[in-house]
Amino acid sequence: MPGKEATMNKLKLILKGVIRENPTFVLVLGMCPTLGTTTSAANGFGMGVATMSVLILSNIVISLIKNLIPDKVRIPAFIVVIASFVTVVQMLMQAFVPALYATLGVFIPLIVVNCIILGRAEAFASKNNAFDSALDGLGIGLGFTLSLTVIGAIRELLGSGAIFGYSFGIGDYMPLVFILAPGGFFVLGYLMVLFNKLAKK
Amino acid sequence: MEQISYFAIVVGAILVNNVVLAQFLGICPFLGVSSKVETSLGMGAAVTFVMALTAVVAWSIQIFILDPLQIQYMQTIVFILVIAALVQMVEIILKKLSPSLYQALGIFLPLITTNCAVLGVAILMIQKEFSLLQSVVYSVSTALGFALALVLFAGIRERLEMEDVPVAFRGTPIALITAGILAMAFMGFSGLV
Amino acid sequence: MKSSLKNMVVVLFTITLISSAGVGYVNMITVEPIAAAKAAATEAALQAVLPPFDKTETSELTIDELPVAVHTASKDGKVVGYAVESMTRKGFNGLIRLMVGFDAGGRVLNVNVLEQSETPGLGTKMADAGNPLYASFEGKNPGEMKLSVKKDGGDVDALTAATISSRAYVDAMARAYAAYKQTVGDAWDGASGATATSGATKTAAADASEDAAGAEQMGGDARKGGDHE
Repeated sequence: MPGKEATMNKLKLILKGVIRENPTFVLVLGMCPTLGTTTSAANGFGMGVATMSVLILSNIVISLIKNLIPDKVRIPAFIVVIASFVTVVQMLMQAFVPALYATLGVFIPLIVVNCIILGRAEAFASKNNAFDSALDGLGIGLGFTLSLTVIGAIRELLGSGAIFGYSFGIGDYMPLVFILAPGGFFVLGYLMVLFNKLAKK
Repeated sequence: MEQISYFAIVVGAILVNNVVLAQFLGICPFLGVSSKVETSLGMGAAVTFVMALTAVVAWSIQIFILDPLQIQYMQTIVFILVIAALVQMVEIILKKLSPSLYQALGIFLPLITTNCAVLGVAILMIQKEFSLLQSVVYSVSTALGFALALVLFAGIRERLEMEDVPVAFRGTPIALITAGILAMAFMGFSGLV
Repeated sequence: MKSSLKNMVVVLFTITLISSAGVGYVNMITVEPIAAAKAAATEAALQAVLPPFDKTETSELTIDELPVAVHTASKDGKVVGYAVESMTRKGFNGLIRLMVGFDAGGRVLNVNVLEQSETPGLGTKMADAGNPLYASFEGKNPGEMKLSVKKDGGDVDALTAATISSRAYVDAMARAYAAYKQTVGDAWDGASGATATSGATKTAAADASEDAAGAEQMGGDARKGGDHE
């Protein structure tokens, strides 16, 4: 019978991914999609959700089959599982959200090499049960989605004067550089500074 | 298909659409390995080597296996396995044939499997419908672009070590901001091709 | 688990087999939705660039080595316009695909960007409403324009700081117009029954953009004749 404390622990397991082990600002993992897909809040959010789906599914499957895999082929086996889920997500997006799929482009298949996913498989799913692994995936996934959405929103606001496509009619006066490549580095860099400052307190 | 000149591919991949600074691929090794010029050169060389091999193998698999069987959807799975296997193979062969080269490149090889630039380039060259030779030129140029960004960045970071950076900026944040300035400099190339 | 050659091979093989089967299955069930999504996108683009129509006929052409599809739209048996799915590989990041709507006389009704991967905030503006590229073409007959950007001495306003994307857009527009000419040329051949010269006329219509105005006049007349019959 899971008591109140157990429920609290599960909740903590999810929350830890959002703040204390935030994949973007604390673990500094998965930087390519973090910079490459955050030209708008909606794109960042879409990429976050796609990654989260793969992360949760692969965490569950890997924790279920962890005892069947010989040590030496652990990594290749994990990669096959992850790549399969990425392909599944890719096809589902192509079928049901074709516009978003077209915008995110090559970054969808590249979820395979997102270090977050293989990292969680190694560090968490290969040592814990399926339920906890799913929660871990959910937490880290939420943290990733949140970070990407925030970065996307800031870049969209600064670069084109809009948030989630809702324009404030000031697009022509905003510094476009924030949507371009350098802006990605700048916004992420300064957000990390902010995160570091807040974490110190 | 329309002919794309090799010159355009080379200049485009190295300078205009630099893989790290404009396309955001391979950021992890870019931030992780680039604190010294020497190691950056090693990483750059290893990536170039693997990318050239990957281009040949991935292109052949796509054209001779995936396309005829119409199982293009297996692309992601097959490519990542090919890269992982190639990296492993290169490691074993290097160890046997040239221990000195293995010592220089060895530690970087395992990192390459999860370098998204390698998989990214393999997928992009298929998407752009390049011929085999174009694919190889494109991959090698992209890898050289990666090496260039890495070495430039390492040079800057070696100097940054000596500077008094505010505490909250130390480590990744200042690296990202430096990369942003470098990316801005590379934007100057955008009219070239 | 301890590794031995046998269990390594067996486990990896099994995992790959199960994964491939799973992926293959998902592919099977998503083939139709993906095709439907693509068809819906084409349909929506057709609606956007053409006046109201009840029927379209599609023909596939090759212009300048790239495939182009021409949808001839008709309402109550009369041709109301042509929608051309054109493309170019000259974009900043490769492929750009446009759906261009022409009225029966060859004037541009609307342009819909189907696919592009240009730099966000610069080249992507080609898909925005009322951008300078589209504004340069709107309501005009490309046959009467110098088809290049102003920087290269043409009549088309380029997007700010996106000359390469703009040139690519113009390239795709020129290809669309050539396809339109070729299709109108065919319709004319069919109506007049001049099958013997059809091959020659086709090439002439595709190549000769200088003669565009004249050829189009003839095409228009021929179609009118056809309608009477």
